[in-house]
Amino acid sequence: MADPMKIRANLVGDSTEVKVLMNHEMETGQRKDAQGKTIPAWFIQNVTATYNGKTVLSAQWGPAVSKNPFLAFKFKGGAKGDKVQIVWTDNRGDKRTDEATIA
Amino acid sequence: MNAKRREVLKQGGGVTLLTLLAAAGWLAPGAASGQTWNKDAFETHSLDETMKALGGGAPVPSKDIQFVSTPDIAENGAVVPIGVTSTLPKTESIAILVEKNPNMLAAVFDIPAGTDPALSTRIKMGQSSNVYALVKADGKYYVASKEIKVTLGGCGG
Repeated sequence: MADPMKIRANLVGDSTEVKVLMNHEMETGQRKDAQGKTIPAWFIQNVTATYNGKTVLSAQWGPAVSKNPFLAFKFKGGAKGDKVQIVWTDNRGDKRTDEATIA
Repeated sequence: MNAKRREVLKQGGGVTLLTLLAAAGWLAPGAASGQTWNKDAFETHSLDETMKALGGGAPVPSKDIQFVSTPDIAENGAVVPIGVTSTLPKTESIAILVEKNPNMLAAVFDIPAGTDPALSTRIKMGQSSNVYALVKADGKYYVASKEIKVTLGGCGG
């Protein structure tokens, strides 16, 4: 199981600003180890953010997203105390779900 | 500030079991709509190929797409901050492409109604290259580009 994400969700005016820091290697599949063998690709493919059961952002990522990916976005609405949920799935089928309370 | 950070961490760890339990039923609708990965699009090497894989025609250059807090010169190609903002009405998706990376497409974001067409993330760049922000708005594709110089590569090594 991968390490937890760090999620911040803040109400700014009438929008909720979400910042996510995920813990993931994001191996490209281009690099070689000391023996010259290719290190297999390992990266997050899908990210979905939901608020009150409604998807507020969904993304497909390639290996070109940086290690320990950062993502920031904003959606209209949201209320203090409500929860924003983020889910990612990587190319090995590993999955992680975390949520944060809007502050 | 530190205290808050701990709180977030604690919550993150604490809810895991609960959310996992809920995941089975909870994720079912999402799995159908959001959990696909466009393999073809992520294996392309040119803008034309990527457009084909995404199912669009040639994109129109647009001044309504801006790069925000994106450097002209990136010191470290492994972590290049990219921010894209679109002021085009009905923006449906934003994609980030790097011309000289082994595979051009870095990320695609679907923007549902109610979400601001503005986001930022960090990507890897193998070398200095043009970066494209591809925006789908009202069924049409628009593009903006920016040259970013990389002084240290992010792929291979």
